[in-house]
Amino acid sequence: MNPSIDRFVRRLLATLVTALAAAAPAHAALRVFACEPEWGALAQELGGNLVDVSVATSALQDPHQIQAKPSLIARARNADLVVCTGAELEVGWLPLLLQQSGNGKVQPGQPGNFAAADVVRKLEIPAVLDRSQGDVHAAGNPHIQTDPRNIALVAAALAARLQQLDPANAAQYAKTQAEFAQKWQQAILRWSAQAAALKGTPVVSQHKAFAYLYDWLGLKEVAVLEPKPGVEPSVAHLQGVLASLKAAPPKMVLSAAYQDPRPSEWLARNAGIAIVRLPFTVGGSEGAKDLFGLFDDTVARLLAGAAKP
Amino acid sequence: MKLMHAAIAAALILPTTAFADDAADLAAIRRDMDTLRAAYEARLQALERRLQAAEAALAGSAPAPGATTTTAAAPPPAAPAPPATAPPTTSAAGANAFNPAISLILSGLYARTSKDPSRYAISGFQLPADAEIGPGTRGLSLSETELAFAASIDPWLRGAATIAVAPDNSVSVEEAFVQTTSLGNGLSLKAGRFFSNIGYLNPQHAHTWDFVDSPLAYQAMLGSQYGDDGVQLTWLAPLDQFVEIGVELGRGRSFPGSDTSRNGAGMFAVTAHTGGDVGASHSWRAGISMLRTKASEQGLVATDAAGDAIDNVFSGRTRTWVADAVWKWAPNGNATRTNFKLQGEYLRSERRGDIVQDVGTSDLASIYRTRQSGWYVQGVWQFMPRWRVGVRTERLDPGREDYGTESALVDLGNHRPRKHSVMLDFNPSEFSRVRLQLAQDRARQGLTDTQWFLQYQMSLGAHGGHRF
Repeated sequence: MNPSIDRFVRRLLATLVTALAAAAPAHAALRVFACEPEWGALAQELGGNLVDVSVATSALQDPHQIQAKPSLIARARNADLVVCTGAELEVGWLPLLLQQSGNGKVQPGQPGNFAAADVVRKLEIPAVLDRSQGDVHAAGNPHIQTDPRNIALVAAALAARLQQLDPANAAQYAKTQAEFAQKWQQAILRWSAQAAALKGTPVVSQHKAFAYLYDWLGLKEVAVLEPKPGVEPSVAHLQGVLASLKAAPPKMVLSAAYQDPRPSEWLARNAGIAIVRLPFTVGGSEGAKDLFGLFDDTVARLLAGAAKP
Repeated sequence: MKLMHAAIAAALILPTTAFADDAADLAAIRRDMDTLRAAYEARLQALERRLQAAEAALAGSAPAPGATTTTAAAPPPAAPAPPATAPPTTSAAGANAFNPAISLILSGLYARTSKDPSRYAISGFQLPADAEIGPGTRGLSLSETELAFAASIDPWLRGAATIAVAPDNSVSVEEAFVQTTSLGNGLSLKAGRFFSNIGYLNPQHAHTWDFVDSPLAYQAMLGSQYGDDGVQLTWLAPLDQFVEIGVELGRGRSFPGSDTSRNGAGMFAVTAHTGGDVGASHSWRAGISMLRTKASEQGLVATDAAGDAIDNVFSGRTRTWVADAVWKWAPNGNATRTNFKLQGEYLRSERRGDIVQDVGTSDLASIYRTRQSGWYVQGVWQFMPRWRVGVRTERLDPGREDYGTESALVDLGNHRPRKHSVMLDFNPSEFSRVRLQLAQDRARQGLTDTQWFLQYQMSLGAHGGHRF
């Protein structure tokens, strides 16, 4: 063999051996790869120290627009369970990630592949599927985590999945889930009571990201700043929205932590209404440290927005 | 259970309609009912799963009769199995529901060049007569139309094909492969026709490139983009750091190889890539690859000392090394507003074998050795949503040629081909792009070609993947 190839092959083998040696201390914990922070937080709530959670994206990133980065491929390769929203939210990157992961356990249809949106009732399912309508999702609006009742449904299904994948600790997952479910139900009652006054409040959204939040609290979406889902609003479009709001001005304009704040700020300034920046997911604000904090903070911010004259 | 729902619904709905006749109220009640039902069914399902899990756990452990009664007694199995609950919303009908994901790439180009592209050459590089080099045709033209299909084949395999229709109406199979999904341990096996995984740009389809054309180094040393028929095995190391190693075997059917009748493999490639993140805002990937191809009776076009074209025939081996690196930046990893991408590749090609110079006239046979190299560096900056600007600079080194004891009829000249390009593109959405590119191309000795391109690239159908 040619000496340079020989050297290359030798180096290659050395790398392989090093990599194998590094992988040897097998993790005892179930390795969970969560696409979004809310599912990472939920897996952590339900799994405690039985799971080793790694979150692919942060609250400051647009979950539609992620790339199949090397770091994500490496983490998907080592996962026992992939927990994602589904409903095509991650259509641009998750399939690629799973294809490149060489991990049979987490492929679609396997127990190691969990899609949260499969267990909740979806809103805004488009009647017509056409990209002239913007970046629409055939399965409906995928931003299901803005309604805590959805979190409860997902928690039950996810706990069942954890039990299935890690039967040795099934009893522990069931116990944690039962405790979480009880605490969560009480919290929902508390949040619902706190936010009761918000019912019927007219609001404007920057992106159609809060359909489930509105469904839960009875807020009324009177306008959306994006002309079509996923399309940045132009000044001309914003002026059109502003004009349409003259007759019945809304109370506030809502945007998520990852979004460009400028369109909402523009509208808030010109329409003289409150601007409410919602954490959208765990880590999206100072207060949204975990799932409970996420809704504490969301409700608090909405109430503060509504209280502004 | 359905009867019960209907009864409750009737009881709730009838009086409401009678007194209020308020459509909004009705809708609200229906919604509440739906929520209730969804919650109820999900809970039932969860309970069922728990039961199953508990049973499975029990079956797994030593079956102690006492334990069975205590554990199984807790949740009494709800009478009939609950109906399939989770509402799968795909309503595609029957046989068509299994149709693969289909996408279509539409692309067109306007090119304006100051020198005639039909006489394009890369000085110092002997290439086949049909090599894909230069800016193509002038004026308005259709670019390649690409039709891609992909789907799971069964629980163990997936398949994908990309059919390209060239503007001259010829159809070619760009890629058509099957790939395992279930080998596990980070292994993945691909078989069929595919773009080799060497370098960074090589495995990417033309419509995802950041410039209209491929770099000069790719044109001169890889026939623009190296694809082959064969098998590929990749292995991803079980580390937090991305480390991917791949081995490919193929026919070697295209330049720098040549298609012949042989039983063995005409192409062998080894690729190694690594990458990761630095903080939340930076990510990178780098790699080194080696491609070895065999060529026999490969026709090459060269220039002699008088500046005339002569035909040579080469038989031998080519080893091409590719070192690639890409670094991406986006504030907090959110590339939606602004982002920056820097990429560069260095290619080095070594050919050794036998050559016949000036076939049909001088027929000068001898040994042949050459070592050539080239590189490009490019940066693309999205300075505001939808708008990107990019710069690319590249250079080739024709190196030296060795004809043993025979004299060289080929005149390599002393020119180092180079090219600079700038581009501006506008992306109305993730699925459409219009690009303006200006290039100053000095691939030909003594000639400076100013090239203008205006291009559109659109994608219809299935959502394409966001490759890194």
